[in-house]
Parts: sequence; C-alpha cells; structure tokens
Amino acid sequence: MNDTAFYLFGAIAIGASLLVIAQRNPIYSVLLLIASFGALSGLYVLLDAPFVAVIQIIVYAGAIMVLFLFVVMLLNAPHEDTDFDERVHPLLRPGPMKLGAALALGLAAELGWALSRGGDTGAFSDAKVDSVAAIGRSLFTDYAFPFEVTSILILVAMVGAVVLARREDPR
Amino acid sequence: MVALNHYLVLSAILFSIGTAGVFMRRNLITILLSIEIMLNAVNLTFVAFGRALGSADGQIIVFFVMTVAAAEAAVGLAIVIGLFRHKESLNPDSFASLKW
Repeated sequence: MNDTAFYLFGAIAIGASLLVIAQRNPIYSVLLLIASFGALSGLYVLLDAPFVAVIQIIVYAGAIMVLFLFVVMLLNAPHEDTDFDERVHPLLRPGPMKLGAALALGLAAELGWALSRGGDTGAFSDAKVDSVAAIGRSLFTDYAFPFEVTSILILVAMVGAVVLARREDPR
Repeated sequence: MVALNHYLVLSAILFSIGTAGVFMRRNLITILLSIEIMLNAVNLTFVAFGRALGSADGQIIVFFVMTVAAAEAAVGLAIVIGLFRHKESLNPDSFASLKW
C-alpha cells in the first residue's frame, strides 16, 4: 500500500516538474508546480511528517505559488521571447544552453552513480517523530535563536521587496 | 519495501530537473520556479534522513528552508518586476549590461 503510494506520488512529482520546465506559458508552469508540491506533500505524509506536509500545502502551494501566479498575471507576458527556434532540441541549441543541458545530465548521472554505490538500502526504523508538539518544543528550545533570526530575515525581505518594486519617482 | 534510498533517488531526479530548468529556460519566472523545484528536492532529502535517523531536526530544517524560500521568492519577484519595467522583457539575455 505504502509502496504503491510512493511510486504514484513520485511519478506525479517527476512528471509535473518535467512539464514545469517544458511549458512555454509561465501560468501553466506555476499551476503544474502546485501539482508537484501536492505530490511532495503526500510523500511527506508517507515519511510520517504531517507537520511538513501541511505547511507544504499552506505556505508553499498556498502563499508562495500564489505570489508567483500574481506576478505572472501582473506582468502579462505569456510568451518567452528568444532569439532562437523553440522547437529545436535543447541539446542542439547554441552556446551556453547546450552546455547547461549537458551539465544537468552530468549531474543526474553523477547523483545516480553515487546513490547506486551504497549497499545498505537504509530501511526505516520504528523511531519516528510525527508529533507536532515535539517539533514545536525543539523549535522553541534548541532552535530558539535561529527561529528569532528568521523573523529578522522576513522583515528584511519585506522591506527589500517594497523598496525594489517601488516606482522610481513617488509623487 | 520503500526505504531511504528510494527517496534519495527521487530527490536527485527532482534536483536535476530543477538544474536543467535553470540552465535551459530563458524566462526569469521559470528560472525562479526551477529554483523552487531544487529547494523542494533538498527538503525531501532532509525529511527522509530525519525519518531514517528518528529525529525531528530534519523537519525543523525544512521549516527554515521554507522561510528562506519565501523571502527569496518575494525579493526575486520584486527584482523581476523592476527589470520588466525597464526593458518590457523577461529574457535574462536582455539584461546583460550593468548600467542603463
């Protein structure tokens, strides 16, 4: 049962992610990425991490992706303007793009090679932490300082976003 | 039986897809989306390792990664809006000069 769910969610995540980078219209890309995040949320449930699964949906799919969608619709620039033919296969495109595609393939091959060398499959133990109370206790004791620093990061990002997106001459 | 290795392989595939997107797409929005794919691949690794080690730390780091991703998306999209106002384009190749 769990194995079937893993392969189902994994296939959805990979397929949606591939379509994200294959789409030419950014609106479809954002919506497909939300589908991919939904599948990842299912994987977190399988990993006994309900807290992460829920904030994946609420924060990532609900807030960050809606921000992306908002900007895509605000800019109203549905099509990519490139100086080459989009229908050409990525590996046959000019210059850095070809190199980048080769680099990404190399990275995938290297990661696969590294992972195939381990003999131990790493079966999960029974010691799981799936209570939100344990996470909250750890967050406010061991990780209290990073947690407070996070609030400053958010504040700086908020001020930065307001300043960067402001009109040049506010009258 | 699905174990840690399965999750790591899935995460590696997702990370490679994100890398390919950053390199091959010529649209600032899609490049930011590809970075989000890569961040999520790393999150999956953290949660899988946390589960394998029976510790809550993996989930807590994911919490921090999500915070940083939110800040990155807000600032990145503000920069994209600013660039689009200047050049009416989302192609990163049109922002090759340091000054305009």
